Amino acid sequence: MKLTLKIWRQKNAKAKGSMQTYNISDVSPDMSFLEMLDVLNDSLIEKGEEPVEFDHDCREGICGTCSLQINGEPHGPDRGITTCQLHMRKFKDGDTIVIEPFRAAAFPVIKDLVVDRNSFDRIQQAGGYISVNTSGNTQDANSLPIPKEDADMAFYAATCIGCGACVAACKNASAMLFTSAKVSQMALLPQGKIEASERVLAMVDQMDKEGFGNCTNTGACEIECPKGISLENIARMNREYLKASVK
Amino acid sequence: MAKSALLKSSLAKKYWMAFTGLFLCTFLVGHLLGNLQLLLPVSEAARDQFNEYALFMTTNPAVMILSYVTYISILFHAIDGIVLTVRNRKARPQKYVNFKPSTNTRWASRNMGILGTVILVFIVIHMQMFWAEMKFGSLEAYSTASGAQVKDLYTLTIQSFQDAEYGLIWVIVYVISMIAIAFHLSHGFASGFQSLGVNHPKYNNFIKKFGYAFAILIPLAFAIIPIYIHFGLEKI
Repeated sequence: MKLTLKIWRQKNAKAKGSMQTYNISDVSPDMSFLEMLDVLNDSLIEKGEEPVEFDHDCREGICGTCSLQINGEPHGPDRGITTCQLHMRKFKDGDTIVIEPFRAAAFPVIKDLVVDRNSFDRIQQAGGYISVNTSGNTQDANSLPIPKEDADMAFYAATCIGCGACVAACKNASAMLFTSAKVSQMALLPQGKIEASERVLAMVDQMDKEGFGNCTNTGACEIECPKGISLENIARMNREYLKASVK
Repeated sequence: MAKSALLKSSLAKKYWMAFTGLFLCTFLVGHLLGNLQLLLPVSEAARDQFNEYALFMTTNPAVMILSYVTYISILFHAIDGIVLTVRNRKARPQKYVNFKPSTNTRWASRNMGILGTVILVFIVIHMQMFWAEMKFGSLEAYSTASGAQVKDLYTLTIQSFQDAEYGLIWVIVYVISMIAIAFHLSHGFASGFQSLGVNHPKYNNFIKKFGYAFAILIPLAFAIIPIYIHFGLEKI
């Protein structure tokens, strides 16, 4: 496959970036998107040019490190996958592919396609935990019965890998799908109920401080989420927050 | 923290947006029911009935309180909407070169601000045309058959849409505004419930479908009124 890549290049956090065009050939349709970028970088290094910086780690869709806005959509045109799981067979020979970093005030660009997603970590640190010492005190799983439906919903919420696609896809750069998933995975379980009020207040407060936008229920996040986190979580967070604020 | 949370936080702004929006939905139903009287055949009785209704709506204390709540809701909904829009723009200072929201969202859901602005302009025009004339204008007053002293809002309304020069223009303005309301409601109705945390697989489908039906039927019924007055009703 021969492709034209339009890639955002930015020297560092303070520099002004711009789109650069690269032509690449010898792309196999079986390559993953990140492998295609590896091939591009090899050729750039051979030419003595600066390779394109991009985030990646596990390359099997579970770590949430890879990002990229590909042709206007986070993680590219496919659904329910991360960029590392996107294959070049989804594109046609001769295609032009536009690759940009995730854009949000709360996700500043560090270099090229790499953005700083520490704002997500700070939201987590604000309340996304339970204050129980579990090391050495693990109790038998059956000692605390949990309805299957609640356990399932908590599990689905917990599948969020914190990649930031929800923010990238949202026209308002809102982090409500992420925050609500992290609120929900705890709020649904008895262990999480004890601190539910403080948790939701603190996490939403942190989310606002980070400068994310507000949810207008367009639903883009749910569709672009590689893990299919449901909008139901946002409604649950809204309920939890309302309950906590009138308490 | 809890107290300020209900006023200042991002979620609070969403609650108020949803709450005022859904309240305004109930206002639409009431307003429509009253206005349907304009579809009655032209007669002294129809004129008296509508004008007495208008008098009741502007003088009854309970209705007056409701109307003030409605004005405040409209203002709050608009201002809150502007505040949210400004914050949302700030949340992405550097725009994408290539952004394809059409692949994952509906047009109405992305353009609530524009639709809302059209509706706000319409409300100003609409109130200037009728409410301001009734309140401050020099509308002719007369005694109805039952002896009530009323202003003739009925004749003003019918004549506005039957006017040889501007009647058709007003009909078009009203119909376009109703289309804007229809699109606004097609997202806003169900969205309001979601913002208030009402989301359950059991009811979601019903809320969505009811929202679409509401978004089509209410503005359609409103739009029929000026169209019928212009094209169908006997000229006065």
